[in-house]
Amino acid sequence: MDETILEIDGLWCGYRNRAVLQEVGFAVSKGDFVGVIGPNGSGKTTLIRAISGLLPLQKGVVLLEGKAIGEMGRKELATKVAVVTQSPETTPPFSVEEFVLLGRVPHWGRLQFLETRRDEEIAKRVMALTEIAHLRGRGMGELSGGERQLAYLARALAQEPELLLLDEPTAHLDIGHQVQIMDLLRRLNRENSLTIMTVLHDLNLAGLYCERLILLHEGRLHRIGPPKGVLTEGVIEEVYRTAVMVMEVPVKDRPIIFPVPGEE
Amino acid sequence: MARDKLPLWIGWVAFLSVLLLVVALFSLGVGAVALPWREIPLLLFHGKGTPEHTILLQVRLPRVLLGAAVGGALAIAGVILQGMFRNPLVEPYTLGISGGAALGVSLNIVSGGSHKLGLFSLPLSGFLGAIGVISVVYILSTRGRVMRLSRLLLIGVMVSFIASSLIMLIMALTKGEDLHGIIFWIMGSLEEPNYSLIKTIIFISLGGIFISLIFAVDLNALSLGEEEAFHLGVEVERVKKILFLLASLLTGCCVSVTGIIGFVGLVVPHLVRLLVGGDHRILLVASYLSGAIFLVLCDTVARVAIAPMELPVGVITGLVGGSVFIYALSRKGVSF
Repeated sequence: MDETILEIDGLWCGYRNRAVLQEVGFAVSKGDFVGVIGPNGSGKTTLIRAISGLLPLQKGVVLLEGKAIGEMGRKELATKVAVVTQSPETTPPFSVEEFVLLGRVPHWGRLQFLETRRDEEIAKRVMALTEIAHLRGRGMGELSGGERQLAYLARALAQEPELLLLDEPTAHLDIGHQVQIMDLLRRLNRENSLTIMTVLHDLNLAGLYCERLILLHEGRLHRIGPPKGVLTEGVIEEVYRTAVMVMEVPVKDRPIIFPVPGEE
Repeated sequence: MARDKLPLWIGWVAFLSVLLLVVALFSLGVGAVALPWREIPLLLFHGKGTPEHTILLQVRLPRVLLGAAVGGALAIAGVILQGMFRNPLVEPYTLGISGGAALGVSLNIVSGGSHKLGLFSLPLSGFLGAIGVISVVYILSTRGRVMRLSRLLLIGVMVSFIASSLIMLIMALTKGEDLHGIIFWIMGSLEEPNYSLIKTIIFISLGGIFISLIFAVDLNALSLGEEEAFHLGVEVERVKKILFLLASLLTGCCVSVTGIIGFVGLVVPHLVRLLVGGDHRILLVASYLSGAIFLVLCDTVARVAIAPMELPVGVITGLVGGSVFIYALSRKGVSF
């Protein structure tokens, strides 16, 4: 069970000469459900980009199943790590099904031109799993925000990754869709033992669903551990510079955070 | 789903191929000497020695072949560029390639080089001009290993302006026959007496569609955005460079032989996308065939509309292409 899938050590990463992440190190076991939290600009998205290979590392190592990601080919990495990015900028000119099938592309050879039967079966399965099978013929531009996010998740799952990275999958969604997405992630994690690492802005969702939390603060790893240990009044007040009240959800043994309005 | 779409795709390709054949036969038949299209195959293969055979083989067939090759090449150059820029307004000429070719040809004409160097001299100078612009645009828009597409587009547009200003300068300083030569070349024409040049273009054009199909799946991934394509395992920077060079070279080769024939690379991909959808695996093939059909048809109109005078084919492509496009947009209520 405690097999390590992702190991990060002494990681410095950022843009041009500016290091956003400084000296970050941690390990993720197979089957873990990790939430990445922290204030705006603390380096959450940069961390996802570093692990997915999008940003070159300035220092340190990122090992996936013991192998440095810099030494892996693009396709090899894309068959192991799938990424659901934060609100992608363009509307894909495809139907939902065509879009989900694109998730199979990393598994294709250079000259492969058509989907195989297996590709289609996998697409069908992940669309059923994400409950978008009825939308298969719909254009991507015709979807609501929640449906769209599910389609992106389905495409990532079609890659059959070992590690699923998500950057704020619940942003801009109503509470129903937030819970739908998080429930789905938890089910994938428990039933398919998929390793999940997701950036979350909503501390309550992070506390309710994740097994472990990574709290980033000014580009450094501030805290790591189970939600109860990370989401304390003291830690949040220090990092987010705002007063909060933390209570416990009685049944689940998980913290719930209330913001405390400032003095009038 | 691609697999159950395959019959549909094959249907489109078959339909467009037949249409291309019909249009080609039609184009071979009309002109000062009208030839019934039923007899054309017979005349081509068994009519040696007759004047009709000579007209077909030496006047009309080269034109049809060149039109098909250039129309197809410009259309797929448009598909590639629109796909990778994710911008519906980009076309082969936006990037200044035609401007560069026109500048090369203008310089050649005014310096009198074309008289000394013979038939190949104009296309060669056009091609060198195009290559010059492609290199400038490529170098200026690439920092380190990364090619920035927004930068590429801006630089292309600016280079285009600079080239056309220089051409106007040259024209202002030129008189008589040379000026006429420049204007005539810029307007574009499929009249090309040199058979080996036509063969070269056909070869390049077919090579272009073949290579672009290898990258059709990458283009599909790129149409989601560069970051998304990266996460799908596409070597984004390498693919972008290859596609840019492919589209540029196709355009450069076509322009240097035929002059500037606008609109094919802009309008054809759009119309075809309305018909077959955004999947580049069918979009590229269907656009290639449609571009060929469109240009052969426009050239036929240009030849016979006010015979014995000939209209510049670029005028027809612009008029027909623009009107058809506006009609299609307003009818289907499609939004881009």
